[in-house]
Amino acid sequence: MPPTPLTFTLNGQTLYLQDVSPSMTLLRYLQQSDRTGTKEGCGDGDCGACTVAILGQDANGNPQYQAMNSCLIPLGAIAGRHIVTVEGLTVEGLAESELHPVQAAMVATGGSQCGYCTPGFIMSLFAAYYEGKVDDLSVEGNLCRCTGYLPIRRAAQAVMQEQAARGSIAAPGDRFATALSQAPVSLPPLDYRSVTQQFYRPTHLQILLELLQQHPQATLLAGGTDLGLDMSHDRRSFPLLISLEAIPELQAIEQTDTQVEIGAAVPLSRIETQLHGLFPALDEMLHWFAARQVRNRATLGGNIGTASPIGDLPPVLLALDATLQLASLQGTRRVAIADFFTGYRQTILQPGEVIVSIQIPQTLFPGAVRRISNSYKVGKRGTDDISIVAAAFTIDLDEGDRIHHARLAYGGVAATPIRAIAVENWLLGKPWSLDTVQQAKPLLQEVFTPLTDLRGSAAYRKRLVANLFEKFFVEESS
Amino acid sequence: MNHRRSHESAVGHVTGKAIYTDEQRPLLGMLSIYPVIAPHAHARITRLDTAAAYEVPGLVRVLTAADVPGVNDTGAIVQDEVLFPTDTVSYWGQAVAWAVAETETAARLAAAKVQVEYEPLPPILTIQDAIATQNFHTSPQVIRRGAPQSALETAELRLTGEVEMNGQDHFYLETQASWVIPDGEGHYQVYSSTQHPTETQLIVARVLGITSNQVTVTCLRMGGGFGGKETQANPFACVAAIAAQITGRPVRVKLNRQHDMMLTGKRHGFLGQYQVGFTRQGLITALDVDLYADGGWSLDLSPPVLMRAMVHIDNAYYIPNLEVRGQIARTHKASNTAFRGFGGPQGMIVIEEIIDRIARTLKLSPELVRERNFYHGSGETNTTHYGQEIADNRIQRVWQEAQMNAQFLERKLAIAQFNSTHAYQKRAIAITPVKFGISFNKIQYNQAGALLLIYTDGSIQLNHGGTEMGQGLHTKMLQVAARTLGVSLSRFRMMPTSTDKVPNTSATAASSGSDLNGQAVKDACETIKARLAPIAAQLLLLLPDEIPQINGKSSEADLLQELIFAEDTIRSRTYPDRQVSFEAVVKQAYCDRISLSATGYYRTPNLSWNPETGKGNPFYYFAYGAAVSEVEVDGFTGTFKLRQVDIVHDVGESLNPLIDQGQVEGGFVQGMGWLTMEELVWDNQGRLRTDAPSTYKIPTISEIPEHFQVHLLERASQPGVIYGSKAVGEPPFMLAMSVREAIRGAIAAFSPPSLEPDHIPLPSPATPEAILMTLEALQQNASSEVLVKPWLIIENR
Repeated sequence: MPPTPLTFTLNGQTLYLQDVSPSMTLLRYLQQSDRTGTKEGCGDGDCGACTVAILGQDANGNPQYQAMNSCLIPLGAIAGRHIVTVEGLTVEGLAESELHPVQAAMVATGGSQCGYCTPGFIMSLFAAYYEGKVDDLSVEGNLCRCTGYLPIRRAAQAVMQEQAARGSIAAPGDRFATALSQAPVSLPPLDYRSVTQQFYRPTHLQILLELLQQHPQATLLAGGTDLGLDMSHDRRSFPLLISLEAIPELQAIEQTDTQVEIGAAVPLSRIETQLHGLFPALDEMLHWFAARQVRNRATLGGNIGTASPIGDLPPVLLALDATLQLASLQGTRRVAIADFFTGYRQTILQPGEVIVSIQIPQTLFPGAVRRISNSYKVGKRGTDDISIVAAAFTIDLDEGDRIHHARLAYGGVAATPIRAIAVENWLLGKPWSLDTVQQAKPLLQEVFTPLTDLRGSAAYRKRLVANLFEKFFVEESS
Repeated sequence: MNHRRSHESAVGHVTGKAIYTDEQRPLLGMLSIYPVIAPHAHARITRLDTAAAYEVPGLVRVLTAADVPGVNDTGAIVQDEVLFPTDTVSYWGQAVAWAVAETETAARLAAAKVQVEYEPLPPILTIQDAIATQNFHTSPQVIRRGAPQSALETAELRLTGEVEMNGQDHFYLETQASWVIPDGEGHYQVYSSTQHPTETQLIVARVLGITSNQVTVTCLRMGGGFGGKETQANPFACVAAIAAQITGRPVRVKLNRQHDMMLTGKRHGFLGQYQVGFTRQGLITALDVDLYADGGWSLDLSPPVLMRAMVHIDNAYYIPNLEVRGQIARTHKASNTAFRGFGGPQGMIVIEEIIDRIARTLKLSPELVRERNFYHGSGETNTTHYGQEIADNRIQRVWQEAQMNAQFLERKLAIAQFNSTHAYQKRAIAITPVKFGISFNKIQYNQAGALLLIYTDGSIQLNHGGTEMGQGLHTKMLQVAARTLGVSLSRFRMMPTSTDKVPNTSATAASSGSDLNGQAVKDACETIKARLAPIAAQLLLLLPDEIPQINGKSSEADLLQELIFAEDTIRSRTYPDRQVSFEAVVKQAYCDRISLSATGYYRTPNLSWNPETGKGNPFYYFAYGAAVSEVEVDGFTGTFKLRQVDIVHDVGESLNPLIDQGQVEGGFVQGMGWLTMEELVWDNQGRLRTDAPSTYKIPTISEIPEHFQVHLLERASQPGVIYGSKAVGEPPFMLAMSVREAIRGAIAAFSPPSLEPDHIPLPSPATPEAILMTLEALQQNASSEVLVKPWLIIENR
């Protein structure tokens, strides 16, 4: 029996690939197959020049075009999927007047200068076009060095005006809109083998756990926005990859009166829309989390599992007393996130064990009457930067406005995401006042011993640890 | 022709069909190359062994110094830039060998197997270290006006200080790329993403040991340049050429982003040390400045960069007594190079810093002190320190218009009101001027050529010496040609810039692309027009005595005056019903054996420069602009938000307002990036730690304010420049100084009005950390720890 090919649809054409490396990135494949419209600007998922659209699902399960960085996604992860690249927007031989509306707008406003970033912008705008919301946030993950972005913003505005004037997102007969009206494609299971590599995509949690038991050396792949960095420059080869994208338990968001449970492999962009308004600290941090292309792929479980000290979401989860559901063939267990990180990129996860879901309580700490909670991120650049310091705070107050429960959690100040437990304890019972906060500041300055690195000095980090808490107080009190 | 025409390649850009160097169809048997980089900033090479690399399947050859057939050097001005170092490594990342292989992956794997041993030597990594060890590339340059020393001694008030600014990575989206295709007969076709095809041609020939006519260099288009491909493309084209010569096969190279950032030069970091004398009204009476440029390991273009900084130390200000000295520090870093503004921004930052300090010392508003010091009148007070009188001084015009458009005074009051009610956030508004000299300082570069080819069906190929890097030069050149010939743009095909079409070109740099090439294109078109005119006259049955004579002009001039070339026809002015199509005239010209191709040529008149005395008229004219920026600084974090920008910029009679506005907006944002967030950080081993967009942050759309207004100065035609236009590439970059000055103002606003500091030594870039630490230092009245070498960090992990 011939081996199963790796199959996906590119610009409407189904491709059957034999003996390609499943960890080859989509961008590399496009380049090698002479589809040069999609550009490589960095290979790190930071510039957006390689943006393509993937047909995925929105929070309601309806088909949706999603922008993503083709430099970070391996071929294995796109098996069974539909991809649109810039070449797919126009048909060979069509006149200029038959450009896609986002292309026509970019031509008219002078949105391209050197043109090298342009295909990536086009694909980000394209995905946003079919959501009916084309704005700055649509292209915050695309770098342009020539235009200063103003004509691109004008193009986005022109497209929005066009949609408003028409009263509908797409013009009649728009073939991409037609594709969106079809039933969503569910991801099939996959067992793809090349000569040296294997790529599994199980569709049941039990099978995942069995695979992990059999192959303890396997590498788990969720959104791939971190692991993809290793694949991008083909620096590392992965003999066995297991995708977490098709396991229902890992893809669900369950909401009850007392808690929200988020599947570990739910993309952040879905959390962003589906849970909007529930947790201000989560909303705020998601806003600053990388950019659209990354949020469409990155997952909450991935952000925790990589155990990076500068992951944006662990401080939020620490501040919200989240717990993690872990599973292996040996059974399941539930741990507090505060107990999960054990050292620099180290966790309590055992071989064969995965994060299934994350639970965030919706209830106040017993005895409290009011909660104040928010998060902050400081980078050299406001948008799409790795934090110098990230912070998330939760203060539960009793009837006398005294601090009944405190969580002060930080990223970027230690080897793991970490809470300032000593200061949390010191705060208990004290009035929630500027005076209290200012007394806490010197304590906070000394609670961690952060490093100096290319993003910021230890001295600056120490000040941020304290100042962000005061900022929190001032902004939440006003 | 004031057409807001989109970029001539805009459709290619948005469809992904525009082809760049490394996006051409791959050639059969094409090889890739990959560098073996040195993990030391300064080291002796004690052993280089390539044997293990040959175990990698697909490896064809490892190139080392012994393989260089010609001169092992790619220096542009002087030959101090070894291509394959033989004994000493001079910067972290320098390529000591290159692997040539069937695929890029094989080349990378093989490069990793090349064994190199080093004996590390102590590196010099900062300007301060270079000064301490007197490690300079050249002897000092000096420009002097008046008697600065005695004027300083007699000045009412004096200040001494220094200002340091970091460099900047170009971060063009397309990294360095070259293809070299040998024809087997000793000739090489080079495709290179280069701003200077002629120099790439010369240096490739020199390295190969052949003559220039054996090498053709073509630049299809660049995915951004900004100066970063003026000289920096050359070494990669050269290595590919050597590989092509040795293997006889086509060879490609495209650097990955990390290598591009690590191996190529950047904007020069500068240190300025000054002593300034001024009156109690804030008038500068004397200025003495030492400028130090961080040149990196080789000279590259550092001398003209330094000179441009020295001749822009005045920005828009009349300084009666001035001495500026310049030195180029030799450091063990990638060799710094051209970058939009070419030293001008670094010089201007120094004087803006000084003016702000004078204003704060005197408790005057900075904009008042700026205005009081403007060049004005005529003669001495309107003449620069290098002796050039400012012929068409528009500083006051752009300044007044910018303030008016921005409602500067009203907003200043509103901001004071905001600040009085907000303890933790402070706002400020600032306006800064730009005066930027247009022309290459080196006079010989101020020439250009063009080649126009008309075919018998009336279609046209246009060639000129300039390269397209996104700035819209090709679009403007097509507009110039179409306007001059009176034909539609659809007739033209713009040809890739190639040294076999237009030879001996200058770099597309110094904002000069349209000025120089536009005149050359116009010249070629006019030559053709003069040839077509008699034929058109015949076809229009115009007899010589029907043509009105203009006093003193030749019959040829009379004829050209009589004929109107417009809308793809040629018609008689006197008998407007007589007209003939352009095609018909072209066809008849061919039948009459009249040449339908012509070269065009231009040299800028009236330039002079004496490098010995530092005097002359180096600039054909000046470009002007003024920008108003408003920021809000957060006192908890040092982060700032740019709230509003209003710009008035002088582009003359714009050839294309859409393109010119794009240059102004893009230049400003790039300047803002340099001054606020783009921070190059090296470690104490000299390794660049910010070598990717994850660590080196250029602006995104979210940093751009909602309100961002650009107004092109009206009624601004510039005499003697192509159709009254003006250069626009570089000058807007420096409009971003207004952001830096606004941040400074906001920092000051954290102090009570009566206690505002006299001096706000804000590091550049003004990152959140720099802002917060400056704020803290001022509040504690102590010098901030961040002010010491802010971009050299100590490795602690």
